[in-house]
Amino acid sequence: MPVKNKKLNLKDKYQYLTRDMAWEPTYQKKEDIFPNESFEGIKITDWSQWEDPFRLTMDAYWKYQAEKEKKLYAIFDAFAQNNGHQNISDARYVNALKLFLSGVSPLEHAAFQGYARVGRDFSGAGARVACQMQAIDELRHSQTQQHAMSHYNKHFNGLHDAAHMHDRVWFLSVPKSFFDDARSAGPFEFLTAISFSFEYVLTNLLFVPFMSGAAYNGDMATVTFGFSAQSDEARHMTLGLEVIKFILEQHEDNVPIVQRWIDKWFWRGFRMLSLVGMMMDYMLPNRVMSWAEAWEVYYEQNGGALFKDLERYGIRPPKYQDIANDAKHHISHQAWSTFYQYGHATNFHTWMPEKDELDWLSEKYPETFDKYYRPRFEYWAREHAEGRRFYNNTLPQLCQVCQIPTIFTEKDDPTVLSHRQIVHEGERYHFCSDGCCDIFKNEPEKYVQAWLPVHQIYQGNCEGGDVETVVSKYYHINIGQDNFEYIGSPDHKRWLSIKGKQTGDKESSSSQDAA
Amino acid sequence: MSQLVFIAFQDNDNARYLVDAIAEDNPEAEIQHQPAMIRIQAEKRLVINRETMEEKLGRDWDVQEMLIDVISIGGNVDEDDDHFILQWN
Repeated sequence: MPVKNKKLNLKDKYQYLTRDMAWEPTYQKKEDIFPNESFEGIKITDWSQWEDPFRLTMDAYWKYQAEKEKKLYAIFDAFAQNNGHQNISDARYVNALKLFLSGVSPLEHAAFQGYARVGRDFSGAGARVACQMQAIDELRHSQTQQHAMSHYNKHFNGLHDAAHMHDRVWFLSVPKSFFDDARSAGPFEFLTAISFSFEYVLTNLLFVPFMSGAAYNGDMATVTFGFSAQSDEARHMTLGLEVIKFILEQHEDNVPIVQRWIDKWFWRGFRMLSLVGMMMDYMLPNRVMSWAEAWEVYYEQNGGALFKDLERYGIRPPKYQDIANDAKHHISHQAWSTFYQYGHATNFHTWMPEKDELDWLSEKYPETFDKYYRPRFEYWAREHAEGRRFYNNTLPQLCQVCQIPTIFTEKDDPTVLSHRQIVHEGERYHFCSDGCCDIFKNEPEKYVQAWLPVHQIYQGNCEGGDVETVVSKYYHINIGQDNFEYIGSPDHKRWLSIKGKQTGDKESSSSQDAA
Repeated sequence: MSQLVFIAFQDNDNARYLVDAIAEDNPEAEIQHQPAMIRIQAEKRLVINRETMEEKLGRDWDVQEMLIDVISIGGNVDEDDDHFILQWN
């Protein structure tokens, strides 16, 4: 008697629907079909060793993704119908979303393009299917983030042209250049950069404590897209770890190449996450954990366990990890100081923390905050109170690699700015650190081409030579609406009116001169 | 040095059963409640068993259903029809 509805087990189903759908080419050479598979020096001897531990097949993928989407959009509808933006902790919080929409969501789209491309580059069927699913996931993330934030765009400023800003605004060149660097690398470097170093080692820091923070600040829409995206991320992280193990197991010659990529992409990711550190410590009115605490759990503890696991392949923890671990006490404060000074050139508002917030920072950063940062912040708050809100009109020196202004300090002396420079073919280049300088030295041909926003302004390529013209005409930031100090801004006034409070004297609160 | 594996779930109705099942099968696991999420960590190894989940839910349960509620994981994954295991070697 035939067995009715006999189901394949997970392993067989994966084998039939993934590997067995591939074929060996007969009338074209494999290296002609996959020309990018070898130039990086990575040696693959047996693609069948590739493991997908989730053993996800396309039919199951569509089923679970559809369920996630239905849940997500039901919440977006409920959020919009109930004016969810009125229930957030404070309108200052929305500024984190402005940074997210212009800084992070376009990266999701860049990741979609990246995985769609590298999926084509591999001759192994398992890798191709994994990249295809991840490409679709990343496109979904980009779209759901824009849908979630479109509700905020109806009620707050600065969210109106995120994709345009991502390509042009000075600080957004930091995340943009990170992904452009990865996408213009070979396929194996791309996977090491994004799947392993970024997704596995570092994205928890972006999505887990920050999204938990969004929940704590009453933002139902963001926490939902964040965690929905993150449910795909668990698969991506697993892929990232499998990719590294697969490459390392294929050939011993791969080990030093992968180690150099891990060193490079850990450092690039760590630098980019300065933005997230600042969002966590300064832009969430209700705080879940400090950046330093998140770094301890998600990098030092989890990353430590990971690199111990990889020891058997001859892989060591990333170079300059000690500098990154020490910097957890500083980077969020240094980044916020910078954005505060350049608040006339941002699509979001900045402010000085209130007293209880300063106290929280003092408590969370006992070694550094009172000594190095609090006095400066209290001075700026006093200046503002006396009608002299500080804006810095000198454009900063940018690092040639990470493109962040050279604002970070030396590990052994937080009163000295970290600055490196080298001369390459008669031209002098500047860096924020040894980490970034090393990356340049390994591939100078790539980084001499960097599009540095400050250089471009001075060269006259941004529709004007003065900050105001660049900000309004080239960046599409609405002056007096999107930028400057939060206190007295249109967003602030709107929030007070939502909460039924008087806005005070409108005339006097508009003194937002950038000198 | 200690080597912790971890898994984080959205704090929702589905996840409550997952957390119960994990607590039962991994008595040494530490369960942390954070805003909107539940994070579970354990030394070296964590397992989710289909059998325990089906007992908790009172219905058939596919191991891949956890994909809907999971937020993040740390550790090598080993999954088949009967269990989902996270471990460090």
